[in-house]
Amino acid sequence: MKKLVVIGAGMATGRALEHLFETAPDAYEVTLFNAEPRGNYNRIMLSPVLSGEKTYEEIVTHDDAWYAKHGVICRFGEKIASVDRDRKVVIAENGDELSYDKLLFGTGSNPFIIPLPGHDLDGVIAYRDLEDTYAMMDAAGEPGAKAIVIGGGLLGLEAAAGLRMRGMDVTVIHLMGHLMDRQLDEAAGYLLRKALTERGIEIRCSTNSKEILGTDGKVKALLLEDGTELPCDLLVMAVGIRPNAALAKDAGLAVGRAIHVDDQMVTSDPDVLAVGECVEHNGAIFGLVAPLYDQAKVVAKTLLGEDATFVQKEVSTKLKVTGCDLFSAGDFADGEGREDIVFRDPARGVYKRLVLQDNKVIGAVMYGDTADGNWFFGLIKDGTDIAEMRETLIFGPAFQGGAPADPMAAVAALPDNAEICGCNGVCKGDIVAAIKDGATDLGAVRAVTKASGSCGTCTGLVEQVLSATLGDDFVLPAAQPMCGCTDLTHEDVRRLIKSQELKSMPAVWQELGWKTTCGCHVCRPALNFYLLADWPLEYQDDPQSRFINERKHANIQKDGTFSVVPRMWGGMTTPNELRAIADAAEKYNVPTVHVTGGQRIDLLGVKGEDLPAIWADLNKAGLVSGHAYSKGLRTVKTCVGSDHCRFGTQDSTGLGIKLEKKLWGSWTPHKVKLAVSGCPRNCAEATCKDIGVVCVDSGYQIGVGGAAGMDVKETERLADVATEEDAIALATAFMQLYRENAKYLDRPYKWIAKVGLDWIKEQIVTDLENRQALIDRFEISQTVYQKDPWAEHAEERADTYRPLADLTLQAAE
Amino acid sequence: MTNWLDIGPLDAIAPRGARVVRTEHGCVAIFRTAEDEVFALEDRCPHKAGPLSDGIVHGKSVTCPLHNWVISLETGLAQGADKGATPTVAARVENGRVLLDAEYLKARSAA
Repeated sequence: MKKLVVIGAGMATGRALEHLFETAPDAYEVTLFNAEPRGNYNRIMLSPVLSGEKTYEEIVTHDDAWYAKHGVICRFGEKIASVDRDRKVVIAENGDELSYDKLLFGTGSNPFIIPLPGHDLDGVIAYRDLEDTYAMMDAAGEPGAKAIVIGGGLLGLEAAAGLRMRGMDVTVIHLMGHLMDRQLDEAAGYLLRKALTERGIEIRCSTNSKEILGTDGKVKALLLEDGTELPCDLLVMAVGIRPNAALAKDAGLAVGRAIHVDDQMVTSDPDVLAVGECVEHNGAIFGLVAPLYDQAKVVAKTLLGEDATFVQKEVSTKLKVTGCDLFSAGDFADGEGREDIVFRDPARGVYKRLVLQDNKVIGAVMYGDTADGNWFFGLIKDGTDIAEMRETLIFGPAFQGGAPADPMAAVAALPDNAEICGCNGVCKGDIVAAIKDGATDLGAVRAVTKASGSCGTCTGLVEQVLSATLGDDFVLPAAQPMCGCTDLTHEDVRRLIKSQELKSMPAVWQELGWKTTCGCHVCRPALNFYLLADWPLEYQDDPQSRFINERKHANIQKDGTFSVVPRMWGGMTTPNELRAIADAAEKYNVPTVHVTGGQRIDLLGVKGEDLPAIWADLNKAGLVSGHAYSKGLRTVKTCVGSDHCRFGTQDSTGLGIKLEKKLWGSWTPHKVKLAVSGCPRNCAEATCKDIGVVCVDSGYQIGVGGAAGMDVKETERLADVATEEDAIALATAFMQLYRENAKYLDRPYKWIAKVGLDWIKEQIVTDLENRQALIDRFEISQTVYQKDPWAEHAEERADTYRPLADLTLQAAE
Repeated sequence: MTNWLDIGPLDAIAPRGARVVRTEHGCVAIFRTAEDEVFALEDRCPHKAGPLSDGIVHGKSVTCPLHNWVISLETGLAQGADKGATPTVAARVENGRVLLDAEYLKARSAA
């Protein structure tokens, strides 16, 4: 087998290898060097990782399994020191020599660092790889931290938006007069600036930097040309990239601004190829992904001795900042013989501009509404004569020929050669062909055609093509939105509430684009829980977003009356409490008194307006709300343990009471029931509870994730501990972990099935520091929420339980 | 011309909340939206007579606490796939006071 050595595991070489293995899996034995200590990931998606919308794992393109499957010898974290083309060997940093039949350069580019004084201070970074991204995420973790981003281009703005979403104070310094000056005209640049300013990002255009100031080797401020000093803890330089051609130059290859390649991607040495950001082709260098993927196709063919030619094409640009929709393609500078068609809708923040020359579209800039971007881009690439449709051109494809303005119709109307996925150069015809060959969902289409596999902005379009082609057979993927008010899933919303620090319901509705004015009965209770769980001190609980049971602290019955269940700590009670319950039952004509499965007494059939009074009576006997109605801690069932039982090994009742006293009052994604059994005979049925403790001679067995409702499930063992203190600490940490991470209305067993018990063990059994941090956060929340709602309502809100007016009394008068 | 009966202050009803007026023949529910509009309906879901005043108010609808039927506050009609209607009562706000249709309430009390 011939030997191929690849230098650099980036997106371009990764794509070239994919094509190579698809066509001829056994043609080459491949050795892959990468300076970064990892394989190929989707570098375009670093911005969503920075903002918290995605994780690194989600943007990995090739994992270990993929490399293993294709027999790639991976040498990650290793650089090549030199290349000896005469002997056809590469020499690794550690001195290893590897011979090659073909060598592929994919050395990419380096971020350009402006050589300002102070550019080597700690805290001055570029934005290029995962390390940079993690460094920024770390810096954003410091409360009140300030960041400066030099460079108002695509990358700089994505960095700024990501840092801002992580809560940093961000200022962007841009040399030119408007943002993204290479892709946008002034008007679109203005709208973008306005949108970013509204998010709290400070923008300074036409601004020149002079010096980076520091103390103790760490960045402290940026000094501008005009003498202004801007304090910062992090300075990100995002002013551009330079092709990384040093190794190729040392190896004696022809290098200009980058490594010279011909139309077949071959360098000045016929056995050495190059691909990606490190190449120069006909005087051009490349930074966007679409042409790199075209190059990768050509590389694979050339390696296999097939004919292929790389042709430079027009490229288009989209900014990946959630909520900022912009699109630009072609040439839009003013010039002789050029005409503009401009559409503005200031109220909606929409701006569209087409630049025409000789009845052809040569440039397009769109802001706020970019749905027709690909269609205009198609007109530019094809040089379509638009004289016939000039009057309605700006309104997009749906308005040509009187077709209705329906996105489905627009997609259906696209010709087969219309480009859908710009990153991967996939047109509608490719997707339709893939669908006809059996790819009937997004994942399958992505696997076959790669459409929507890179930056992902065309995902919706691909789904529309699926829908237009398959008709009713196409069902949108299983990621269920929270409700009709949003397309986001519960998981998305929870993550965004944390990462964007959304601390009120209006902030969620606004920032996450809710489609209704104030949510609905499905999303509001969930949002109320997520907000109070994540921001216990900042968020104000909203009773109007709670189901009636939690608003009136009683359980509504089918006739509109309520049930009242006082707490009996660990199932223990006294004659005095029982007498108070009996008196209350008689006084308020309670029709039904029932003993519950959770070891307490339920008074059923209480009228809503009597609730404050019955509560006040029960409070007098020391009884508080049992939260029998809440998504929160319900009961801690116990047996009598070593106090009385001849088999009891520990004080199960005492532990049950301690647990209940610690955990009561806390709100959780769904109800939580506990039990403590004094011996393995398990009289308290602890092994079917959300948290169940079984006492044994040597200590306590803690189980979690049991259920005895719609599903019946035995608990799984979280840990065995020796002391009561440890048992309480583990149960508390588990509660908080569940509160912070689970989807609303997922009982613990459902949540555990999603995240895995091993993950939970890592979080709270082995990582003691994290266990304590969770307990600390639980206790902060309890300072706000551990209070008896009955006493509070009986005292302060009794009025609201009564009719606003009683006309029966007036009639009697 | 509608005769209006002053029921009480608007402030007594929480935004996105409700209170009831008791009459001889069941309660009338008064709803206040986030935009401070006021609507009144019989406090009885067309499905199983659930107390709509205990529901969650969203937009110009209320969700019944018993089985999540969504009822329009403007028309009293069940939304979505559910079919049914709850009678509406004319209501308005004037100088921070909630006013209901006096004739309707009188008819209920006398009937």
